[in-house]
Amino acid sequence: MAFNNDIRNVYQKELADIRAAGIFKEERVICSPQDSEIDVEFPAGASRKHVINMCANNYLGLSSHPDVVEAARKGLDSRGYGMSSVRFICGTQDIHKELEGKLSKFLGCEDTILFPSCMDANAGVFEAVLNEQDVMISDRLVHASIVDGMRLCKAKTDTFKHSDMGHLEEKLQLHAEARVKLIITDGAFSMDGDLARLDQVVTLAEKYNALVFVDDSHASGFIGKTGRGTHEHCGVLGKIDIITTTLGKALGGASGGCVSGRRELVEMCRQKARPYLFSNTIPPVVVSGAIAVLDIISKTTERRDKLERNTAFWRKGLTEAGLIIKEGETPIVPVMLFNAKLSQAFANELYGEGIYAVGFFFPVVAKGQARIRTQLSAAHEMHHLEKALDAFTKVGRKFDILHKTKQEIIDQYGM
Amino acid sequence: MSEIKNTILDYVKKEYLEEDDDREISFDTPLISGGIVDSFSMVSLKRFLETKFTIQIPDAKASPEAFDSVDNIIRLLEEFNIR
Repeated sequence: MAFNNDIRNVYQKELADIRAAGIFKEERVICSPQDSEIDVEFPAGASRKHVINMCANNYLGLSSHPDVVEAARKGLDSRGYGMSSVRFICGTQDIHKELEGKLSKFLGCEDTILFPSCMDANAGVFEAVLNEQDVMISDRLVHASIVDGMRLCKAKTDTFKHSDMGHLEEKLQLHAEARVKLIITDGAFSMDGDLARLDQVVTLAEKYNALVFVDDSHASGFIGKTGRGTHEHCGVLGKIDIITTTLGKALGGASGGCVSGRRELVEMCRQKARPYLFSNTIPPVVVSGAIAVLDIISKTTERRDKLERNTAFWRKGLTEAGLIIKEGETPIVPVMLFNAKLSQAFANELYGEGIYAVGFFFPVVAKGQARIRTQLSAAHEMHHLEKALDAFTKVGRKFDILHKTKQEIIDQYGM
Repeated sequence: MSEIKNTILDYVKKEYLEEDDDREISFDTPLISGGIVDSFSMVSLKRFLETKFTIQIPDAKASPEAFDSVDNIIRLLEEFNIR
């Protein structure tokens, strides 16, 4: 047996080191559908608790929407459970093509290719469209999946300071000789909730003859007046060359992702992107649910409008209560606590008050930037948010951090 | 030599630290293994050195170890007779 005690000890020690460093991740078991109210068993074996969920990516509240569930059920009945194939052998159904068409229309792009996840889309797209004559210039705070995708690609790499357009321009000048210069950014940044300055990015791209890539996973469906995404919000619909996004957040929340963009670039992905070529097609039940999601949000902006109202209420409420939040306009609202242990203690107290939210600290965010990331949903009703606000205020008072400055909180609790 | 060291240190601070980043960087601070310069961003440092000192650093010599501190970079430059 190769996995002998010596080998086992190696891994047990490594896991013990992760625990000792305080970064061991534990799953919280949810015993209900995803929604604004959920039943949670945490820690493992504890009795179930009914809590308000403030940390899901369920921005539009469609994860358990009856119309989406019904559409998924119909898809299961009419197209089966699985396809037992990758897309290009015998895994492409009519509904896959229908969903790709609807995504292209919704995102304002020429074409779309589905991937098993946006992680897979980001892992595959750069290698498929770029080679060693090209350069990828990325914002320094892009999502981990983009970092992994860039590692798999032979093109040169460079970075620019977060949302720093002057620095990006310097980099475009530095790499003027590259065949293709690809500017890479998130649309909405998942930890701070801020939006990329896509209007300025596009202006620079046009000036220096570069292409633009945006991962809009935390924006598709609700950012912009009709929810098309960050490019709509910034007035540059049709000017983004590659958009990757997920079906695993606002757009139904199940799984799946895509690359949308210029026809030739999408076709390159069909020919060369390895996560597309070598992993199974998205199951019909998920495709059918996602089609229903796009139909719902293409018909009315009701849900994204409600999310916008909820976000405004929540941001104003937290600020008036005396908590420090990251300024912005997205439904990602980080409550800044700066100290890692405080963020954990704060989250535990909230859980005691029936509010489910998670503390983030180094290495997920920079040292001294610990926070509780709250996320709003169109599934939240006013009574949910009022109760959550009361709980944040009560716990904030308990830790004596209301109406305190960043420095005062750091002086009290350390970095 | 101290002028060259300071020039490189100034560049590293300007290029890799955000405005609100108050980390102290000195000549022996680990840049890459210390998480200040990621592997994607090394190219700027290489290009800066090549332009500033009119040299060509072969990719084989532009290793994360060679760029891991200002002191290491100085040792690399010595191979190009820059002192």
